Amino acid sequence: MITLAKAINAGLRKSLEKDSHVLLMGEDIGKLGGVFRVTEGLQADFGTERVVDTPLAESGILGTAIGLALRGYRPVCEIQFDGFVYPAFDQITSQLSKMHARALGKVNLPIVVRIPYGGGIGAVEHHSESNEAYFAHTAGLRIVTCSNPEDAYWMIQQAIDSDDPVIFFEPKRRYWDKADINMEAPSLDLHSAKVLQEGTDLTLITYGPSVRTCLEARRVAETEGKSLEVIDLRSLSPLDLEPVFASIEKTGHGVIVHEAPTFLGMGAELSAQITQECFYSLEAPILRVGGYNVPYPPARIEDHYLPDVDRILDAVDRSFEF
Amino acid sequence: MAQERLVQLLTPEGERVEDPEYSIEISTEELKALYRDLVMVRRFDVEATALQRQGELGLWAQSLGQEAAQVGSGRALEQGDYAFPTYREHGVAWCKGVDPVQLLGMFRGVNHGGWDPNENGFQLYTIVIGAQTLHATGYAMGLMRDKSDRAVIAYFGDGASSQGDVNEAFVFASVFQAPVVFFCQNNQWAISQPIEGQTRVPLYRRASGFGFPGIRVDGNDVLAVLAVTREALAKVRRGEGPTFIEAFTYRMGAHTTSDDPSRYRLASDLEVWKLKDPIERVKVHLARTGQADSVFFAEVNAQAEEMAATLRAKIIGMPDPDPDEMFAHVYAEPHAPLAREREEFKNYLASFVDQP
Repeated sequence: MITLAKAINAGLRKSLEKDSHVLLMGEDIGKLGGVFRVTEGLQADFGTERVVDTPLAESGILGTAIGLALRGYRPVCEIQFDGFVYPAFDQITSQLSKMHARALGKVNLPIVVRIPYGGGIGAVEHHSESNEAYFAHTAGLRIVTCSNPEDAYWMIQQAIDSDDPVIFFEPKRRYWDKADINMEAPSLDLHSAKVLQEGTDLTLITYGPSVRTCLEARRVAETEGKSLEVIDLRSLSPLDLEPVFASIEKTGHGVIVHEAPTFLGMGAELSAQITQECFYSLEAPILRVGGYNVPYPPARIEDHYLPDVDRILDAVDRSFEF
Repeated sequence: MAQERLVQLLTPEGERVEDPEYSIEISTEELKALYRDLVMVRRFDVEATALQRQGELGLWAQSLGQEAAQVGSGRALEQGDYAFPTYREHGVAWCKGVDPVQLLGMFRGVNHGGWDPNENGFQLYTIVIGAQTLHATGYAMGLMRDKSDRAVIAYFGDGASSQGDVNEAFVFASVFQAPVVFFCQNNQWAISQPIEGQTRVPLYRRASGFGFPGIRVDGNDVLAVLAVTREALAKVRRGEGPTFIEAFTYRMGAHTTSDDPSRYRLASDLEVWKLKDPIERVKVHLARTGQADSVFFAEVNAQAEEMAATLRAKIIGMPDPDPDEMFAHVYAEPHAPLAREREEFKNYLASFVDQP
């Protein structure tokens, strides 16, 4: 059994061992091992040149990573918390994402940006946000998110292997989830969605920290005689929607679950594409369960903001009643 | 305030003067080559401006007046050194051997750059102000890891000195002692904002607060710029960390061809700076010392005219890209949804073709 955080650590270690051009950079990732200990022990084993404690400046981290990538390195940048990535927004969305295209393909920027994201850990503000849609909206970036230790282990290595920039969202409240994992070979490529549990009545489409919540909702629904299929998208850009379309054509009902505000969130895009591809199979409109269109609320009331089993099942009921 | 130190080796009147710290040994051939560079770079800029006025370019950012800062620093670079420009370093591009035609693609609107940065060690132009200084610092950090003796030079302007990225670049370069020279062309204007609107202290003095030396050089004196930049590059090669160079110059033209400086600055200021022209002083010096004669000057002018004519022909003949090209290089690796969108776009375009 290994936690999700330890699985990322093991994946990073593998990549550092495999390719001497891989280097980690970020705030407090060395001796401390990162605020979530994801990089624990790596500086001791690989040295300060390859596991770099940077000054406290996110744009600086991303900007210098771009320079290192131009020199042939494969930097893996840690952003300490979701809400701290905005100082690096220009470097990610205007510089990193576009440079390959601006050079007409003559340079690659194989950079991974690791961002612990999402709420549910009782944190102060700026520590609980789900800002994946900002980045998924930017051409030139690849956006992925793991939901379990095995995916965490393989996806981080696949992200580092990618010649394109990858934003790697880590579900921080699932860092301590444990599982046995297969370390022999990856079962999927980086950008494939996965049907986690099959069902016949309705499709739950989700990713990241909400996957576990959806699996719990499925169990509860089962006791009420409803069969829900659960799909973990894993990749938010590009989207792998074939399994989603196939599922909706089977169930006719779909509910999308994510922590980010539903307004212009991933669910809006998913809903539009499902409606376009599966219009005649739908028995009800695609429904969304997500954060409200408010700043992330204070920790004492965050449980009301985050999608939980009850809110998911409420949406499931509404879909069936339609 | 005390008179600020300004490194100068060639006065506006074309007289060689000594500096207590910096000196330069330069042969007649080298000096003539610098003169040729300056003339070519100005002629290129004049031609590009004309091409914009005639509708062949969408926009042009003139380098007029900054030729010495760019040629002096550009010629200080050695093979393998890497330059990170703004969007105005046409003179540096010239020194680095980038085809001038390639520089104009983005201003014509056929691409967003397109040259291979690694071919000449000249990164793509960067329009977001100051962002490239961090790229330069990162590249320099890479050089350190490779135990390379190459150096990096990061170009930016006085306006950029207010940007967070530039200040973060100073911090990173200083902390990691990265082999990067920060070359600031203080041309006195960030579009309409004068230097007083950016700083209360001379820019070069900011460097000491970051922990590395700063020096102000007459940015219109190609010899002084060359000497100061060479020394700064030698220092970074020796592993002594970054240097800040403030090249004190003047933007003789508009910010870009869309700008109208008459709305915010006095024509008389321009007249004062015309007397400090970076090319004229080299010409006067060459002539007065007998190192060059009218035949040489005519030959350089003819060469510049020929370059301009060739450039004009190539720009006017530059085809628009296939619209489908916008999909071509978004990702390095396959991307299924984008490939589908591209196919849909092709089919849409094909639907307009008349059927036989």
